This record gives sequence, C-alpha cells and structure tokens, in this order.
Amino acid sequence: MNDRIEKRIALKAPVSRVWRALTDYREFGEWFRVRLEGPFAPGQVSRGYITHPGYEHVKWEAVIQKMDPERLFSFTWSHPKSLDKATYSPDYSQEPTTLVEFSLEKTASGTLLVLTESGFDKLPSDRRLEAFRRNDGGWTQQMKNIETYVAPAS
Amino acid sequence: MSRQHRSGTAAIRRPRAPVFAALGDEVRLSLIAKLCAGQPYSISQLTEGSRLTRQAITKHLRVLESVGIVHSVHSGRESLFEFDPKPIEETRKYLDLVSQQWDQALARLKSFVED
Repeated sequence: MNDRIEKRIALKAPVSRVWRALTDYREFGEWFRVRLEGPFAPGQVSRGYITHPGYEHVKWEAVIQKMDPERLFSFTWSHPKSLDKATYSPDYSQEPTTLVEFSLEKTASGTLLVLTESGFDKLPSDRRLEAFRRNDGGWTQQMKNIETYVAPAS
Repeated sequence: MSRQHRSGTAAIRRPRAPVFAALGDEVRLSLIAKLCAGQPYSISQLTEGSRLTRQAITKHLRVLESVGIVHSVHSGRESLFEFDPKPIEETRKYLDLVSQQWDQALARLKSFVED
C-alpha cells in the first residue's frame, strides 16, 4: 500500500511570499489554523493548539527538521488517534510519526509547492525525537562544511 | 465470527502505525496476497513453495495477527489463518482523511498568499 501523500499546487505568488507563509509561525498559524507558542527553528519542538472551529482541544506538536530558505521546509509530527472531542487523547504513542516536507520551486507564474507526508509506519518515541534533533544539528553543520568546501574561492 | 460494521471516526481508532509497519514487508505482503482470496490456509500450505522455513512464516503470521490483518482459527489439530480486510480498509480511510485535510489546508494557503 502506498503510505505516502504527495500534493502539488501552483501558487500565483513569489517564492519569497510562500516561504514566509510557511515558515513565519504566525502566518503558518493563519492558514494552517494553529496557535503556536513561538517561531520555528530547526531541531526545536513547536507547540500549540489547533484553532479550527470544533478542534480547539487538539494539541499541535512538531519537531522542525529543515529550513532551507525558499527551498525546503520540513517537520515531523504525530497524528492524534481521534480528533473527536469525546474520544480525543493527547497520547500519540501508538500513532505514526510522519515527515512533512514542503518544497518550493520558482515558476513563470509564481511558485510550485510540493507537499509530501511520509513514514506512516513509524512509531514516535522520545528517543527518536532526540535523535532527530541531534541528526539535524549534525546535518546542518555537515551541509555548512560542504558549502564552504565547494564555494569558489573569492 | 461477528462482523462489525463501524462507520466514520469510530472505524479509525485502531493504532495505525503498527498496521502500516506490518504491511511494510515483502513476505507479509505475499502472505496477504494469498490469504485475501478468502480461503483459510494452514502454516504448511503457506510454507509450501516458499523459500522460507515454517518458523519464519509463523513469525510473519503472528505479526499480521497482532494487528488483526489475519486471524487464526482451529481446525482439528491444525491452526488455519484467515484474512480480515478491516485493518487495511481503516488504514486506507485514514490516509484518505489525512489527504483531504491537506487539500483543505493547501487551499487556505493558496488564498492566503494570492490575496
């Protein structure tokens, strides 16, 4: 079974505008309908509550993975078992931890946004979140190193 | 065996990640392919024509059983395994729901950035 979701959407707005709507936590909260505690930062946990009418009891918690300006924004999160108020539980321990990636590409009319959500077979664990955090730090440094290495000497 | 027909959100309360994980294996998918025709099979029948040992097949069947994709029924001294489509249907419904939620969120994003 295909356990990956992919959506492509053409937006009539410049990449810089779309990037801000995705990564400024207040703007993200507007269209996603979540009230977030603070700005997004790679390796950091983002917390808040859904503002979608009828779902205000639902907790939002994600670990921001990558913020590659105007190219890639990603986070991991867990889906609650049930969104219904009567059966909602903040325990997501048996639910998939998925990776959500937004990638942006400049087009003639604006921006092509590709959203993927994958990893529905992964169980969350504090250790995994911790590993993600460490990985990300490691990768950020790694990418910086490569960047320095390949950058033409000026 | 009782057949429960649950609808809507009630049908998606089963822990989902283990179902996805159970489906993420070639051997288990091939077992499902055999069993989903509806006829129950014994471990010997499922091992026949496979390069895997009886123990290995049993182990995979237990994984499928733990998430409700197969049930064992006793027939004399033998255990037979039969397929239950419910967990896979629920999993698919759940993915459809997540997919719809993204459609709605992206539509809101579109009007947010294009205004």
